[in-house]
Amino acid sequence: MLKTFPTGGVHPPENKLTADATIECLPVPQGVAIPVLQHIGSPSVVVVNKGDYVKTGQVIAQSKGFVSTNIHSSVSGKVNRIDSIIDATGYKQTAVFIETEGDEWIDTIKRDKDIITEIKLSSDEIIRKCLESGIVGLGGATFPTHVKLTVPSGKKCDILLVNGVECEPYLTADHRLMLEKGEEILTGVELLMKALNVERAMIGIEANKQDAVSHLTRLAPLFPGISVHALKVKYPQGAEKQLIKALINREVPSGRLPLDVGTVVQNVGTAFAVYEAVQKNKPLIERVVTVTGRSLSKPGNYLVRIGTPVARLIEASGGLPEDTGKIILGGPLMGKAISNTEVPVTKGTSGIVLLPGNESGRMEISRCIRCAKCIEACALNLEAYLLMTLSEKGLFERAERERITDCMECGSCSYTCPAGRPLLDYIRLGKTTVMKMVRERAMK
Amino acid sequence: MMSSTVLITIISLSLLALISAVILYFIARKFMVFEDPRIDEVQAMLPAANCGGCGFAGCRNFAEALVNAESFDKLICPVGGTEIMGSVANFLGKEAPLVDPAVAVLLCNGTPEFRPRTSVYTGPADCRILHNLYTGETDCGYGCLGKGDCVRACTFDAMYMNAEAGLPVIIDEKCVACGACVKACPRNIIELRKRAKKDRKIYVSCSNCDKGGPARRACKVACIACGKCVKVCKFDAITIENNLAYIDVKKCTFCRKCVTECPTNCILEINFPPRKPSVEVQTEVLSDNPVV
Repeated sequence: MLKTFPTGGVHPPENKLTADATIECLPVPQGVAIPVLQHIGSPSVVVVNKGDYVKTGQVIAQSKGFVSTNIHSSVSGKVNRIDSIIDATGYKQTAVFIETEGDEWIDTIKRDKDIITEIKLSSDEIIRKCLESGIVGLGGATFPTHVKLTVPSGKKCDILLVNGVECEPYLTADHRLMLEKGEEILTGVELLMKALNVERAMIGIEANKQDAVSHLTRLAPLFPGISVHALKVKYPQGAEKQLIKALINREVPSGRLPLDVGTVVQNVGTAFAVYEAVQKNKPLIERVVTVTGRSLSKPGNYLVRIGTPVARLIEASGGLPEDTGKIILGGPLMGKAISNTEVPVTKGTSGIVLLPGNESGRMEISRCIRCAKCIEACALNLEAYLLMTLSEKGLFERAERERITDCMECGSCSYTCPAGRPLLDYIRLGKTTVMKMVRERAMK
Repeated sequence: MMSSTVLITIISLSLLALISAVILYFIARKFMVFEDPRIDEVQAMLPAANCGGCGFAGCRNFAEALVNAESFDKLICPVGGTEIMGSVANFLGKEAPLVDPAVAVLLCNGTPEFRPRTSVYTGPADCRILHNLYTGETDCGYGCLGKGDCVRACTFDAMYMNAEAGLPVIIDEKCVACGACVKACPRNIIELRKRAKKDRKIYVSCSNCDKGGPARRACKVACIACGKCVKVCKFDAITIENNLAYIDVKKCTFCRKCVTECPTNCILEINFPPRKPSVEVQTEVLSDNPVV
């Protein structure tokens, strides 16, 4: 009997088209646009000027405040301009535009292929390295890793959980990474364990990636304290709270963090990035992105430099299919549709999904038939139909009491609604409004 | 026998009613809450629209505030205007404030012809959701989203959606400047402007705070903050802030020079007679008394 979380969840068609496509390194793009806000927290401060020559791996924006991180140039070349760009959120933000000249890396980065498993640094040094290298959670939430690794006094962490679930349909970036970079990931997990000062780590992988499970299980005995667990396939298992429940059966209370139940969750992609940062001195300048869609002639997994326009990736996968209805950054359930293919790949871009027109439309909205499927689907025991109505009518105080801020926006309710109600659309509106209200109250 | 039953019933019930009436009378006296009788009368004078334009929960609430107020400062019924405020003030023996009648104007003129649609939004027709989500179906992150939150907020039927233009239309005659649409708009692009004679209006119909280049790329009739209108205005009525020109209605003399000067045609003139050939326009403007 495979482990999973007990309440809610849905099981959309997996569509993992690129599960067998080995990670391909995309050529260095002609130019990149690197936004200064690619993480949760305050935007980094640009430290280069127009006309400067930068090398690959050089810091171009410094972290500002604790919840922030460094941003590095992903190519070598001249800073063309520092201007606003429409990013994946659809709104403008500052970005550094760099025109590529050659590919000259800074000297400190070790570019050889040797795998270094020996850990020399202390806990604090590893955490500092994460900040310096601009490591953020690569599962999609992009929360700065050094913040997560810093356990506040009074709290205790006894186990590290590693997220190799990849429960979103279509995406295979983490899957391929586990297959191809197993030892690096496990070393990364050891580094994270050392940083957190814990003895045990559990890696959770959904059972539809049996090859990754057996590969890591085979390697795990070489790395003390790490165990690998197959999980039942169910969305949204990749969400922090659900993974904690599935793996160690602890429940994070409403409004609390995993640290409150003595654990920290990190993605396998993050573990790999930590390995590269600590053992190879390489900052976060590239990541694996799945480019997929049934109409694409050559869907695949690509290692791309941060700041590469989405258009380049689509070209590499055989060009934009004619029947494309939506281009989604991230997975089809939690990702966001973009309206411009010049949007750059950022640290949080795990995939690009191209859906054909006939699959990307919405159902016609009809009345709620009180079937309660949305309640059944919610992994957090929220009443989606109620939260939607409250947001629609502007009753935000009541929505706050109904714990609207707990919603992680996984979209299971909208996915499951037989009446095509725009549940998540309104819940998201309510959630942002309530969060604003809470912030304003705190200011007073 | 029968008749006595009826008689007893009538008498006992009447007695019960009488006793209850006496008890109720004394209880009512004991727990009576005094309410100024003028509140009722003031309420009767108000338009009974309960629109909330005055800032109170409804006309009753506003009537209470009026009766209890020391002076009528900041107490204005935008629907009733000077006329009704005057009669209320008369009734209460206070001084009526001068109410400048206002009208809502939309600070965006981005019809599909000028502001091309770059994406298709298929979610629920709600401006708030669209605004939280992204820049909208056009590349302008400031302009009208066209999903009609303002039209739904209007309780006076003074707005409708022009489907072709994708923009709401305000019917001047019906608009009472209650401000419901202003509050409903997530992009904050509806302004209450002072009404002028014959409902004439000159205003910058744009809210784009981007610099000239990006603003123009997103919309052909965007304000590019070139400053030409500021230079041509002899009355210092135009200022530029945040890459956006603004015409102060108090200083504007409706000479319409800025309208012709604007390279992007983002300054609108409404309810003016058609322009005559340029020379005559000059003389006419000079001789015509400024209307305010």
